[in-house]
Amino acid sequence: MLGFAQTEELEVSSKSETVSDYLHAHERKSLLRFLTCGSVDDGKSTLIGRLLYDTQLLMEDQLAALAADSRRHGTTGDDLDFALLVDGLASEREQGITIDVAYRFFATEQRKFIVADTPGHEQYTRNMATGASNADLAIILVDARQGILDQTRRHSFIVSLLGIRHVVLAINKIDLVGYSQAVFDEIETAYRSFAEPLGFVSLQAIPLSARYGDNVLSRSAKLPWYHGPTLIEYLESIEVESDRRAAPFRMPVQWVNRPNLDFRGFAGTIVAGVVRPGDRVAVARSGVTTLVKRIVTQDGDLPEAGAGEAVTLTLEDEIDVSRGDVLAAAAERPEVSDQFAAHVLWMHDDPLIPGRPYLIKLATSAVGASVTHIKHRVDINNFAKLATKTLEKNEVGFVNIMTQAPLAFDPFSRVHETGAFIIIDRITNHTVGAGMIDFSLRRASNIHWQALDVDMNARAIAKGQKPALLWFTGLSGAGKSTIANLVEKRLHAIGKHTYLLDGDNVRHGLNRDLGFTDADRVENIRRVAEAAKLMVDAGLIVLASFISPFRAERRMARDLFAAGQFIEIFIDTPLEVAEGRDPKGLYKRARNGLIQNFTGIGSPYERPEAPHITITPDLNAEEAAELIVSHLDRGCYLGSATG
Amino acid sequence: MTPAPQALATLPIAQRRPSPSSPSLTHLQRLEAESIHIIREVAAELRNPVMLYSVGKDSAVMLHLAMKAFYPSQLPFPLLHIDTTWKFKEMIRFRDETVARLGLNLLVRRNEAGLAEGITPFTHNSSIYTQIMKTEALKSALSSFGFDAAFGGARRDEEKSRAKERVFSLRSDSHGWDPKNQRPELWNLYNGRLKAGESIRVFPLSNWTETDIWQYIMRERIPLVSLYFAAKRPVVERDGQWIMVDDDRLPLRPGEVPEMRSVRFRTLGCYPLTAATESTAATVPEVLQEMLVARTSERSGRLIDHDEAASMEKKKREGYF
Ligand SMILES: Nc1nc2c(ncn2[C@@H]2O[C@H](COP(=O)(O)OP(=O)(O)O)[C@@H](O)[C@H]2O)c(=O)[nH]1
Repeated sequence: MLGFAQTEELEVSSKSETVSDYLHAHERKSLLRFLTCGSVDDGKSTLIGRLLYDTQLLMEDQLAALAADSRRHGTTGDDLDFALLVDGLASEREQGITIDVAYRFFATEQRKFIVADTPGHEQYTRNMATGASNADLAIILVDARQGILDQTRRHSFIVSLLGIRHVVLAINKIDLVGYSQAVFDEIETAYRSFAEPLGFVSLQAIPLSARYGDNVLSRSAKLPWYHGPTLIEYLESIEVESDRRAAPFRMPVQWVNRPNLDFRGFAGTIVAGVVRPGDRVAVARSGVTTLVKRIVTQDGDLPEAGAGEAVTLTLEDEIDVSRGDVLAAAAERPEVSDQFAAHVLWMHDDPLIPGRPYLIKLATSAVGASVTHIKHRVDINNFAKLATKTLEKNEVGFVNIMTQAPLAFDPFSRVHETGAFIIIDRITNHTVGAGMIDFSLRRASNIHWQALDVDMNARAIAKGQKPALLWFTGLSGAGKSTIANLVEKRLHAIGKHTYLLDGDNVRHGLNRDLGFTDADRVENIRRVAEAAKLMVDAGLIVLASFISPFRAERRMARDLFAAGQFIEIFIDTPLEVAEGRDPKGLYKRARNGLIQNFTGIGSPYERPEAPHITITPDLNAEEAAELIVSHLDRGCYLGSATG
Repeated sequence: MTPAPQALATLPIAQRRPSPSSPSLTHLQRLEAESIHIIREVAAELRNPVMLYSVGKDSAVMLHLAMKAFYPSQLPFPLLHIDTTWKFKEMIRFRDETVARLGLNLLVRRNEAGLAEGITPFTHNSSIYTQIMKTEALKSALSSFGFDAAFGGARRDEEKSRAKERVFSLRSDSHGWDPKNQRPELWNLYNGRLKAGESIRVFPLSNWTETDIWQYIMRERIPLVSLYFAAKRPVVERDGQWIMVDDDRLPLRPGEVPEMRSVRFRTLGCYPLTAATESTAATVPEVLQEMLVARTSERSGRLIDHDEAASMEKKKREGYF
């Protein structure tokens, strides 16, 4: 579809033939997406407004002259405030409306431009990252009177983190320092030495005055010492795209196109390299290879397609390919692993906590994942590496991530689209983080489970039961352990093989190193769930009795198990009743401020939304145990031995 | 992070030009690919999408892109047209022709209660009329079919308040737009995960400008309703604007006499509320030319319109597109 559909000359009256040529030429413009970074009052709005305004006049002039019939446009007063053209973010911020980025559009003879304009200092990291993620280039604005500031460093770091390789250092308000070359040179030199480690491929410093237009569209007579390009000349000519086609072929499959039994195409956007019919490609995750048969578009088959094009491929062999797979050059394949190291930018009020289950969307696949370890946080002012246990909003960290299924990916520095991911909260569905993969931590093929001859089924049959995890959740003093104990006794009495995990036997051993912070609670539950998983695999009916107040953690535990293996039992005892019992005097101490974060007092208990079994307060412990055992029986967990 | 210490040398610009064997894409190709990507993501991730089809030029482009996205398959979702019963006759004819030509599944919905109550552009002011006949009809159609995603042809360049609108715009179960509850959008990774009752509006043309739309129509030879091109049409001058007398339901005010003038329309909606511009532009290039030149005067007349932006915000929160 992206092959140049032949645009035949449209029939136009002779009067507008030149205009028609002009318009056709304009169809073949390229596109540059850029980001402007600057702090309040650096002149960002003035600069963008000036670009929008001046380029539009330019285009119109051209066209008007060509058509030779348009009246002259009105004069523009010198005092026009260009910032007004792009104003409109400030008031929204006051109303508390979240604005990540506003997009502006303008065009010149050569190019169409999309400007990502991110609002001021608040939330700058998140906003800038969002804007930068789709930009080919960044303009870093500096007020000539102030030179390089902390914020200049911050902006440059974020720009580099998000993989932007082309930077314009716009030294603005040069009129206010007497158009001084010395000032310009000093700022440029300082910036170059600071930016050295940031990996920019091109860096162009330009002295300009957004307010008066010097060196924006037109060269300034007041800056005779400057011989470089004007801003617009530079933006029009810089080539930022060529390396994408040079990279090895990658196409994440978005959608399987199956109109009838004779056609099976794989639709997606090529994110790197080029592809031609006859090329050998591999399905990254399975490793199966085949040849490309056709590149199908509505405008006819293409002989070749490259990075940035949305196409549909058909393959020579009937192999297994579905959404989430990556078709890749067979000779240079992506990594396939379930563990990788990545830089993560956190974007949500609730901090990132290692061990918490999230969802990751990378290219077209979405998998469950958690951060196993935060190696460090990066102070974006000085790039210092700091130790931390969690990541707060707008913080950047270097982390290890483990996914529930292997993913195909590339390091972000190699191919952005197969190395970038977003992190989604599993319960609220918010996008809470963004990440860029640095490297694979191990190859998934090395950790594939040994295919053991004696598997869970075999063990379960030997024990005459269906293994499962019974997860008891509820407030402290709700009766979880009492009921779990009774259930275990009954199961034991009828010859079932069980094990009871509770806070007491775990906190003293396996989890001796954990406290009661949110992060530690998550880790506590994770270890318990993993231990229980091994036991279930061993064929046991496991009873786990933990307050487990957070939905997210219970969800994480549940996600480790197949359907039917995890049974959530909610001991629904009201706080007053539990507090009235207070067998260990804990509520009293919590009320007296002696225990922080005590569930029900200083920390919330999130009720399960759809537990398998709810034990209501009107049941006594024996009745509760009876109810649970009969549930197990009906679900055939107890085999035939119960009769 | 530890940025790779790479050479910082600034390459001369000439060396970064694309080699002939690696042509870079044109702006229209990049916009086209981006839109197709978005449309496919929605078809793959959402349970029950629908494409709103208003018959106008943006809808025409969006539909064209969708046809390309799924070729050789048919569209994997239906189109939905909200018919206020006051659309230009020509729009309805073109709509039905398009559906037949492309073999589409089109759903048409009206606000029957509103019709029964006799709500017209003449009995109620335009914002109430639009709210009832368009917004309410749309919301109820989306709910009754259980659509969880609706494609719309809105663009960010249409007005300032749209500049920051996301591609996937989340709506609550009452179709409200909560400005504080929108998700950041990075790269081409869209988050279409919804809770029960929530839905999204999707704007695949977000990054297109009006000029892009016309250039693409020219390049792809996309058929449009002829109302976009100048022709002699019966009009009356009303409040300084040309209103077309599309049928005999338009109550003529004292002194109004329909006259034939060469006019065309820049946008299309309900005919009594849509002003025509005098023009002789009868082809796509002529329209483009007129449009580009016309901007100067339009803009010098009104640099900023704060009220407009604020009111759009309000409409959106009420569930208007
Ligand atoms: N003298 C001079 N003033 C400028 C220049 N660029 C911007 N300004 C002024 O600096 C102030 C802040 O500019 P604005 O564009 O609103 O900054 P923003 O907060 O970065 O968007 C305004 O009063 C502008 O008129 C410049 O190049 N020279």
